[in-house]
Amino acid sequence: MKLHEYQSKQLFAQYGIPIPRGKVAATAAEAREVATGLGCPVVIKAQVLVGGRGKAGGIRLARTPEEAEAVAAAVLRMTIKGLPVNRVLVDEAANIRDELYLGMTIDRAARRLAMIASSAGGVDIEEVARTTPEKIVKVHIDPFLGLRDYQARDLAWGIGLAREHWGDFTRIARALYEVFMDSDASLAEINPLALVTNDEGRMTEGEGRSSSPLGPPSSALRLLALDGKIVLDDNALFRHPDLAELRDLSDEAPAETEARLHDLSYVKLSGEIGCMVNGAGLAMATMDTVKMFGAEPANFLDIGGGATAERVAVAFRLILSDPNVKAILINIFGGITRCDEVARGILEGMREVKTNVPMIARLVGTNEEEGRALLQQANFITARTLMEAARKAVEAAREYSG
Amino acid sequence: MSILVNRDTRLLVQGITGREGQFHTRQMLEYGTNVVGGVTPGKGGEWVAGVPVFDTVKEAVEATGANASIIYVPARFAPDAIYEAADAGLPLIVCITEGIPVLDMIRVRAYLDQRDTRLIGPNCPGLLTPGEAKVGIMPGHIGLPGTVGVVSRSGTLTYEVVYALTLRGIGQSTCVGIGGDPIIGTSFVDVLRMFQEDPLTDQIVLIGEIGGNDEEKAAEFIDRYVTKPVTAFIAGRTAPPGKRMGHAGAIIEGGTGLAADKIAALEAVGVRVADHPEHIPDLVAENLP
Repeated sequence: MKLHEYQSKQLFAQYGIPIPRGKVAATAAEAREVATGLGCPVVIKAQVLVGGRGKAGGIRLARTPEEAEAVAAAVLRMTIKGLPVNRVLVDEAANIRDELYLGMTIDRAARRLAMIASSAGGVDIEEVARTTPEKIVKVHIDPFLGLRDYQARDLAWGIGLAREHWGDFTRIARALYEVFMDSDASLAEINPLALVTNDEGRMTEGEGRSSSPLGPPSSALRLLALDGKIVLDDNALFRHPDLAELRDLSDEAPAETEARLHDLSYVKLSGEIGCMVNGAGLAMATMDTVKMFGAEPANFLDIGGGATAERVAVAFRLILSDPNVKAILINIFGGITRCDEVARGILEGMREVKTNVPMIARLVGTNEEEGRALLQQANFITARTLMEAARKAVEAAREYSG
Repeated sequence: MSILVNRDTRLLVQGITGREGQFHTRQMLEYGTNVVGGVTPGKGGEWVAGVPVFDTVKEAVEATGANASIIYVPARFAPDAIYEAADAGLPLIVCITEGIPVLDMIRVRAYLDQRDTRLIGPNCPGLLTPGEAKVGIMPGHIGLPGTVGVVSRSGTLTYEVVYALTLRGIGQSTCVGIGGDPIIGTSFVDVLRMFQEDPLTDQIVLIGEIGGNDEEKAAEFIDRYVTKPVTAFIAGRTAPPGKRMGHAGAIIEGGTGLAADKIAALEAVGVRVADHPEHIPDLVAENLP
């Protein structure tokens, strides 16, 4: 589950990471109020859960409260990569001298916790890793020791940060580690972690600074978390009911929300062959086989274990909520559950479903003949192999649309 | 003719009194697995399917001489069950549980890395040495004793492939489900090493999927150390980036974890990669004497 920038930064601030003064707004009028309260110039930032907001024009400067209102109105009308902008963050503008990157993540390849820093901040870190990997430094962290100060200094030294900022950098790194662990995150990043200056008067002056937990800066330059991103581990949300409430449903297709509430794994795709499969690996293999016959899968859907009537009913509802679906391919491996029982479950689950969309079913396992016979009686197209099932589904979809 | 589990396995079931635990204990006993005891805190002294239940793993190991444990415990209690089994000195732990928080698994890995305990899973179907022992939730009837080692990140996709091999009369030495989570106890490389060293495994089937780089690491290892033929299948060529495909670990992130890259890495070291799961038995058959 992803958190918005404003949510991430609020969490950062609770752990003592300095962030710009700012407030989220849902209307242009609210944005103007916030801008008036903060003092201009301000930055208006679209709050959507995708990267590349800046390039899409979703991050803009406003020099007056009037301009803030106009800019916010424009940004709130935007759709970025398919997601509507429902809120903007209005932040005081910062006078940026340098942009760094600091992120806490799970290094899957090493199967360890990692903190990553880079002198190339403000851009996509994966892009930096590809093009200029020498600008990235990484430390692995023992979860029983936690982040040690020397490791934070290793990062600061590694990215060439001036010594006078090492103390603040270490405090920020420690706080980022804590927010990551406490919230069961899989990613917590500050990008950019900017070196800003107070030179230009009220641009960065104000309550935000005096209340900064880092205390008075030792020089004109100080570190400030200008942008933030946190991704939480869905499997750990049971420990964090407060964070679970922050979920933005506009980030999910409605069918994905319903699937989640029923504990099913569903991902909407753009093709025409609906897929209902037990098991994630088999579901992906089924989608891939559909593609081999020149069609595209409409979804990923794992109905889990034994294909019970209740799960099948929800699965049919989810698949048929997509108007692009022109055929449904059901691929079930009846492991411990016998195939005739699986077939009965499918038929019972279908009882409430009214549709002309052709159904193609393949059942494998004990009693598969009996299972197939039951489904044939109910007008299913049946198949013995996955290849045969995928071919028949693609053919049926072409006829259905024709 | 196997790795990890066989007739000598003396199995403990953690979470034996739960619904899943009871059901699969009966399934494993029916298959002939030597289930010597079960553990559920607070239920010591009870019996499940003729198997004695103990309060703690330590007590159960002392009383039964167990040398392996299978965990059917809900996600929020599963890490504790793993630590308990490791502390009792069990050399092999298989964890079926799905949905364990990833930071819990980071701690589990850091802990186990300093001991001589092997963890299989979590979020896996377990192990099957056909004709000898079934440890986990794989349907027993799909296997046939033989010489093909199977290792996979999936559940039903593994069953599908194993069953297809069996229908062709091609038996398996051991089928290993390593699990679909991002942080797991045993990787492809670990299992490839065991199959390579197992005198009764003649060839290997590897079933991977999108996410992470375990398949790429497997390819490097195969190139250096594996002399037995390897046939592979990678699921998820049509999976979009940034979306979790059912398994917590099946996600393309930041341009890594793509099926195409994994297939290319494996093919580059001479592994034959099947286009679809039903193609695997054909490729395996070509390696038979």
